[in-house]
Amino acid sequence: MAISQTMVRAEGLVKRFGKVEALSGLNIAVEQGTILGILGPNGAGKSTLVNILTTLMRPDGGRAEVAGLDVVREADKLRARIGLSGQYAAVDEYLTGRENLEMFGRLYHLSGRVARQQADALLERFDLVDAGKRPVRTYSGGMRRRLDLAASLIIEPPVLFLDEPTTGLDPRSRMAMWAMIRELVTGGTTLLLTTQYLDEADHLADRIAVVDHGRVIAEGTTGELKSQIGGDRLELTVAGTGDLDAAIHAVSSHSRGDMQIDPERRSISAPVINGPGLLTAIVRDLDVAGVPVDDLALRRPTLDEVFLALTGHAAETGAAAREAEKEAV
Amino acid sequence: MSAIPTTTPHSISQPEPLRKSRLYWTIADTLVIVKRQLIHTRRIPMELVGFAIMPIMFVVLFRYVFAGAINVGNGMSYVNFLMAGIFVQSLAFSAPHTGITLTQDLQKGLIDRFRSLPMAHSAYLTGRIIADVIKNGFAVAVMVIVGLAVGFRPEAGLLGWLGAIGVMLFFAFAMCWLGAMIALLVRSPESVDQMLFTALFPLTFASSAFVPASSMPGWLQVFVNHQPVTLVVNTVRGLLLDMPVGNDGWMALAWCVAILVICVPVAVSLYQRATSR
Repeated sequence: MAISQTMVRAEGLVKRFGKVEALSGLNIAVEQGTILGILGPNGAGKSTLVNILTTLMRPDGGRAEVAGLDVVREADKLRARIGLSGQYAAVDEYLTGRENLEMFGRLYHLSGRVARQQADALLERFDLVDAGKRPVRTYSGGMRRRLDLAASLIIEPPVLFLDEPTTGLDPRSRMAMWAMIRELVTGGTTLLLTTQYLDEADHLADRIAVVDHGRVIAEGTTGELKSQIGGDRLELTVAGTGDLDAAIHAVSSHSRGDMQIDPERRSISAPVINGPGLLTAIVRDLDVAGVPVDDLALRRPTLDEVFLALTGHAAETGAAAREAEKEAV
Repeated sequence: MSAIPTTTPHSISQPEPLRKSRLYWTIADTLVIVKRQLIHTRRIPMELVGFAIMPIMFVVLFRYVFAGAINVGNGMSYVNFLMAGIFVQSLAFSAPHTGITLTQDLQKGLIDRFRSLPMAHSAYLTGRIIADVIKNGFAVAVMVIVGLAVGFRPEAGLLGWLGAIGVMLFFAFAMCWLGAMIALLVRSPESVDQMLFTALFPLTFASSAFVPASSMPGWLQVFVNHQPVTLVVNTVRGLLLDMPVGNDGWMALAWCVAILVICVPVAVSLYQRATSR
């Protein structure tokens, strides 16, 4: 097996837009053949990072190398070794799918023959053979994204950047996209992926860097990040509102911190340290107290909760997120 | 800090790019973009119709509505006087077209993608502008035919025609670069539209395109006689009607060169920094 190499490295990246600092000393490293998920809310600096790593923007400070090439000094060389798929599905509306892939192939400086071969192979692989003959403006959102991803793979680049690859897709297209992305890495591609969907990072990434206000505030595997904010949670729903007090009393002796209680849903959420016999003990206590239970589960924290714990604010705005923020304080 | 590898691993077999000179790729990449733009024209025939329809309306309007009231002197027929003005007016208005379609590429993220590719830096702008000039050439051909149908009787020989076409296409080329530069500066189709139309209306109407400059008040003539649209119109008119062009020809070319000297480097440098966000 090849010795693992760092294919993407950013050190102390700074980027300012007027007075706003989009990146303020960001550091990341991605090993060859792995997926790093850059997770953060809108405006965290994710796209700015991708723009710098793909040579579209120059950093104001720090440095970055991709595939061993400096993103500023060796930008021209680097462009022949990367693929970029942005959040806009940047393909030409009036060209057919095949014409799009051929055009991008030629602009990657492949010969006409190789560009056509690659276009056909990619249309096949992304299930766009028939659609390939039609202008892209007749495509669905999911098909456009697939074509966009295909366009970024024309030269089978060693390093691939996907900027929010599933934003705006319906759940089914999203799952299909995930399957395709996962397949890429088995071929040895190094992938940097930005997302504001926590489940996306959870599903796809080997490692996750949580970005907020232009810097990495936490980094690790999904498991590491989850354990960073404590252990598991017990989720309990009782049958009737009248049973809630007895249930709280029964669970409190097992809880390791503040319990969250939702009287409307008749539910309790309590931080616990998982161990042999924990669930059995809780069930026994509830039984002794005579509390009828609708639902009982032990679960690991979601990345939503990780994000909340790390940043002090929710990943996504909205009533539910604000509610969660209040509870966390 | 750990060492950064200086060589790239080859665990993935990339399709081999061709190795050619820089100049080869500048031309090849430009042609790829020209092809893209011309495919657009084939898929959106209305665009080409739009290119020709306004000028045709102007020909008919001025030829039949205003001609009787406008005396251009020298025993010249109004339609002979008019056609050069119509050509140049329509070429001037290719600037907003280039600008607007460019901002659309920018907003859709296509320019991001082009810029992430190893293609020549100038190819996108040059390619789309060459395609726009080709479309303008087509529009001029349509206008010539319409003009001939309504009594336009040019007296130029082959050289006169070649000269007139050369000047027109060079002017269109300069105007498209101006449109591209404005588009990269203001970045939204609405602003491009507003800015260029606001500038082009006085330039095309306060010019010798539709009436002789000598019919205007003296203070206005100072502006009219020195601005590019008048100079290009006078040159094209002179060449097509086999009349002396005088210094207007050199002044017209100087204007086009000046526009290019400013707009090309500014547009290319803005392009190299342009991102959709």
